[in-house]
Amino acid sequence: MQFDATIWSMLGTGILETIYMVAMSSIFSYIIGIPLGVILVVTAKDGIKPVPAVEKILGIIINLLRSVPFIILAIMLIPVTRKIMGTTIGPNALVFPLIVAGAPYIARMVESSFREIDAGVIEAAKSMGASTWQIIYKVLLPESKPSLLVGAAISVTTILGYTAMGGFVGAGGLGTIAINYGYYRYQTDIMLITVAIMVIIVQIIQESFMKLSKANDKRIR
Amino acid sequence: MASEPIIELAGLGKQFHTANGPVTALDDINLTIEKGEIFGIIGLSGAGKSTLVRCINFLEIPTAGKVLFEKQDMGALDEKGRRMARRSMGMIFQQFNLLAQRNVLRNVCFPLEIAGVPKAEARKRAEELLCMVGLEDRMKAYPAQLSGGQKQRVAIARALATNPKVLLCDEATSALDPNTTKSILQLLKKINQELGVTVIVITHEMAVIEAICDRVAIIDQSHIAEVGKVSDIFSQPRSRIGRQLILGDAVDNVSFSGTRQIRIIFDGRASSEPIIANMILACKTAVNIMYAATKDLGGTAMGQMIIQLPEEEAEARRITNYLSTMKVPYEEVREDAV
Ligand SMILES: Nc1ncnc2c1ncn2[C@@H]1O[C@H](COP(=O)(O)OP(=O)(O)OP(=O)(O)O)[C@@H](O)[C@H]1O
Ligand SMILES: [Mg+2]
Repeated sequence: MQFDATIWSMLGTGILETIYMVAMSSIFSYIIGIPLGVILVVTAKDGIKPVPAVEKILGIIINLLRSVPFIILAIMLIPVTRKIMGTTIGPNALVFPLIVAGAPYIARMVESSFREIDAGVIEAAKSMGASTWQIIYKVLLPESKPSLLVGAAISVTTILGYTAMGGFVGAGGLGTIAINYGYYRYQTDIMLITVAIMVIIVQIIQESFMKLSKANDKRIR
Repeated sequence: MASEPIIELAGLGKQFHTANGPVTALDDINLTIEKGEIFGIIGLSGAGKSTLVRCINFLEIPTAGKVLFEKQDMGALDEKGRRMARRSMGMIFQQFNLLAQRNVLRNVCFPLEIAGVPKAEARKRAEELLCMVGLEDRMKAYPAQLSGGQKQRVAIARALATNPKVLLCDEATSALDPNTTKSILQLLKKINQELGVTVIVITHEMAVIEAICDRVAIIDQSHIAEVGKVSDIFSQPRSRIGRQLILGDAVDNVSFSGTRQIRIIFDGRASSEPIIANMILACKTAVNIMYAATKDLGGTAMGQMIIQLPEEEAEARRITNYLSTMKVPYEEVREDAV
């Protein structure tokens, strides 16, 4: 088949829609995921302010959401998506389930980054009379910054993978193009091109976050 | 200046609840630490030293007894009150516990930020302190770029930022080499003398206590075994653990249940010659002095001493051989002959 201007412009739109979905859902997933990660770590049994019940319940909810495959979650959420986003197709419609799946994932990533911080450093902050809140924003967050950025590389590429699956529910973006052409119309060449573009996007995301992480890490001499 | 208590521990106890049942880390600890002194707490690993020091600033909440800081019951304070009290008690650690993502200057500013001190003022204070600990040229360095000794200096400057009255040191020199240890101990002494800060030193090394402490408490298996002036405890440790820490393992490994005793006769050698001490050093074993009556008569030692030989045959023989070689007269005596 001919690679005419329509196909290139379709791919261009696909790229933009994918980037839009990834960016929007990553931002909102982080806005929700970071506080959840903080709550998990702070309320844990060995945390700064142990409230085991809170950690337990939140942990169960997060695990539940994480155990539903994304595509099923997106379908299950269609009625809610319609209410909240006003539509069930197109990039905006997918952003909502992306956040529902992304936030708990990010909460776990953030939790594991915080757990890397030496308990002694937190103890030192406590010995200086730091409050829980001060420990969170003056110790946990800044000290885990490099690790959070590495986690972001993983989280954002995972969300990118989710958007591709969104093709099955007509979300738009590169995933929809790949599915429409490669799966429904057997036009393997277009599917391969979208896959190649996805690979490049993953590379760029991965590399940029790793660079940012290194540039921010003062533990390296 | 009359001594005045700054920290009083009364009937202090701490029990941890673990999966394998309760663990008693501290039991009935009674201690008074005076304002301005350097107080040592020594004990073997697992004795409860860290738990004790963490109970003082209530990082660990005691399960029994009281902690009084300047007569104020720490247990009666609410969370906010405790945080305020902690600002009057600096703390340093074996692993330094600096913030890895902050440079030296900002590490020292940290407690001041927490206390809400304006930025410029905090910076000035931090710079002063870093000069005092001798790190004025490393202010922009990050902890990863410093040696262990330098990291501990930063930690000390940081602990002093809020002008604490007490400095709690939990194994502060245990990760350092002997020379660095010496310089850090000198710094602690200087802080004590120049700033009047009461220093509490936790360690498992007798040399640390000897180097800077005024008084020492020996803690063994959750209990205080003995407390006193360092010079007194060094010359006369009363507890078994005290003897073990001060004299080393030799004492404990030698059994004196045997009955072989010898009488050493001092017949006019120079009294400046430490016969018994030399013998112990040369034979590397301990003896039990049962009886001694010696006099210094015009520079010569006269008299006799009865010592009990170690049960171990080889060790006993080393001693008798040594005495023969050194031509010190001795004779074997039966126990009832004493
Ligand atoms: N959080 C805890 N939970 C359960 N047991 C604990 C806890 N902290 C300390 N312990 C126990 O309390 C006892 C005293 O521990 P502590 O850390 O105070 O000893 P230490 O004298 O400081 O030893 P070291 O010289 O090895 O640091 C040990 O038996 C230890 O296992
Ligand atoms: Mg300890």
